[in-house]
Amino acid sequence: MLPDNDPRFDAPARKWMDELISRHGGDASRLLQILIEVQEHFGHIPPAVAIRLSGALDIPYARIENVASFYSFLHLNPQGEYRVLFSDNITDRMLGSETLMEQMCQLLWLQPGKVSEDGLVSIGPTSCTGMCDQGPAMLVNGRAITRLTHQRVQEIAQLIRNRTPLSDWPADFFKVDDDVRRSGLLLDNKLAYGEVLHAALAAGGQNIVDVIKASGLRGRGGAGFPTGQKWEACRNAEGNRHFVVCNADEGEPGTFKDRVLLTRQADLVFEGMTLCALAVGARKGFLYLRGEYRYLLEPLRAVLQRRRDSNLLGESILGKPGFDFDIDIHLGAGAYICGEESALIESLEGKRGVPRNRPPFPVTHGYMMQPTAVDNVETFCQAALAMHMGADKYRAIGTEKSSGSKLISVSGDCAYPGIYEYPFGVTVREILQDCGAVNTRAVQISGPSGICVGENEFNRKLGFEDLPTAGAFMVFDDSRDMFEVARNFVHFFAHESCGFCTPCRVGTSILKQTLDKIADGHGTQYDLAEVENLDRVLQTSSHCGLGRTACNPVLHTLKHFRPAYENKLKSLMFSPAFDLDGSLARARQMTGRDDAGAHLKENE
Amino acid sequence: MSKKLRVATTSLAGCFGCHMSFLDIDERLLTLLDLVEFDRSPINDIKHCGPCDIGIIEGGVCNAENVHVLHEFRKNCKILIAIGACAINGGLPAQRNHLDLGSCLTEVYLTEPGLAHGHIPNDPELPLPLDKVHPLHEVVKIDYFIPGCPPSGDAIWKFLTDLIAGKTPELGHGLIKYD
Repeated sequence: MLPDNDPRFDAPARKWMDELISRHGGDASRLLQILIEVQEHFGHIPPAVAIRLSGALDIPYARIENVASFYSFLHLNPQGEYRVLFSDNITDRMLGSETLMEQMCQLLWLQPGKVSEDGLVSIGPTSCTGMCDQGPAMLVNGRAITRLTHQRVQEIAQLIRNRTPLSDWPADFFKVDDDVRRSGLLLDNKLAYGEVLHAALAAGGQNIVDVIKASGLRGRGGAGFPTGQKWEACRNAEGNRHFVVCNADEGEPGTFKDRVLLTRQADLVFEGMTLCALAVGARKGFLYLRGEYRYLLEPLRAVLQRRRDSNLLGESILGKPGFDFDIDIHLGAGAYICGEESALIESLEGKRGVPRNRPPFPVTHGYMMQPTAVDNVETFCQAALAMHMGADKYRAIGTEKSSGSKLISVSGDCAYPGIYEYPFGVTVREILQDCGAVNTRAVQISGPSGICVGENEFNRKLGFEDLPTAGAFMVFDDSRDMFEVARNFVHFFAHESCGFCTPCRVGTSILKQTLDKIADGHGTQYDLAEVENLDRVLQTSSHCGLGRTACNPVLHTLKHFRPAYENKLKSLMFSPAFDLDGSLARARQMTGRDDAGAHLKENE
Repeated sequence: MSKKLRVATTSLAGCFGCHMSFLDIDERLLTLLDLVEFDRSPINDIKHCGPCDIGIIEGGVCNAENVHVLHEFRKNCKILIAIGACAINGGLPAQRNHLDLGSCLTEVYLTEPGLAHGHIPNDPELPLPLDKVHPLHEVVKIDYFIPGCPPSGDAIWKFLTDLIAGKTPELGHGLIKYD
């Protein structure tokens, strides 16, 4: 039972816990959501709480630790009252995030990754928080803060020292701009709430599938699977219940268009989800919102409530008996891998976000092993638009195999970072001109797992025929070291590998060590060749796409910018991975020796 | 019959378990001796190796002497093989890697009674320990790896006979175990 001597677990805490558990219906599949609330309330997940949870949810204690230890934003050990996480995407670094983090550590007298001795604050890095157009960014106790400067960091340090509650911090800190620079059919839409549904309801489920299929709409999350085909497969799949899931786990570094859509076009997203529900016969939907966008939770819930009040969600939607559908929002907790649809479903079920074996695919065996249509935020918006415009009109936009428009998240070295909507088929060069990029050396399309294009390829077109993209567009000018860009991405993959399969868990770490070795001046041609060997292993034996794409940043930058690597190499064919003589320094110090035998030469 | 290949073996920070496993090829050792000649190895107690075709090393690198021996092997062997978990990953000896070397030495020689008369041994004859235990490939280039703790005699036999026959060695099903 509950240890009563735990100082943080008094009567009010017990009451809070009981209320929490009953609100979630004592349902173990809500474990992740419960743990996120516990984390927010206590600042970590105290053992006493975990023990109580295991009793109340009737699951082993080990399962709670197992889930909690998977997610970066959940902590089993006490953290600082203020948990500061600096977004560590390359775009944040290019805006000076590393110096800012150092500055903050100095101001508050602590080291990165450690909790201060008084338990007040901890500071560390985190993967891209999706604020690349207004970085450097950070999260404080899960709340996003943008546009960091030395002055802002100083003010934040002061607020933390004074223990000012986060709710009393200047509202300006938390301001997140949409930065829409170019709009098109999606961002310009003037659809009334429910307009698409009205028409769709008259058309019926099979007709919706037919229109979406004929529109040529393809998924906007990056893979580009034909949406109509997915909905049809889900509609035809046998199951007790069908589900609709919106993937808003926008974790790919450099992508932030879903954030803007959920801010400006939440109704269209939900309208698209409801449309999908009508098409596949679902009564329940989920929006999986990445933890970094926690601040969007309340506004989104308010939109859902308004839609329920207007009979656009709930029972007998728009007065149609039997058309029942509602949407629940689930939060993520800092795991990039949950953007992979089967990992996302595992996470929705309250488990570790480890990708499933596929097939079977989610359309037949998804949430709770039932038929599930999982689509990206933007895909649902585009589906609603395609339905409204009709297949032929929609298909006329974009290119033959990539119909419609695409939101591009532009960040990095350009005058106007932000969201740009283009019809598919736009060239890299056009976007660079529009965003005011000069002396551009390279563009990373679709994030670290995507493609790095060099200057000679700027005439290539965005679209599934040429450069498929989930929307990230990171610009690097000629002052940037492309080796460091690749190294940042490789560190990202090593951090985000879920650890389930050995090739990826070990391979991404070896890759990281290899690039660090090169950065430290110990690299050789041999190491570059080893990256290619590693790529072969990861390509052929990884469980999911994370491992398969982990070597891409290095291979692509090697292809275009080999000298950026070569000028860091030693000319030797092989060089040790560390300083041999330096590694004897501690022993020399302890024994007081300095004779010839107490030293090592690198190569004898 | 072409010239016999020369083979050298040694154990660095290892337990000699891989060498014991090597002896598990049993009477096939006689067949092997028709094909190879041993240079430096615990089997014959030759202290330094000359030019060789194949060098086989078990154990990781934990002190200065290990580094010297490893360099000697790399300089003399055309093909260098890391055998066993310690040579490939550091293995058991690398468990000290998360401790500071200074506090290890203090704990053993100064805090605990009865050792070294209360001082940390500093005789120049003794090799100094590195601050961390490293796998072989972080110190020299390694051409092949035979995984296992230890790899079985059959795995070693298959690997060596492949190599001697001029084939890229492959340990198929049954010779590599994942449990």
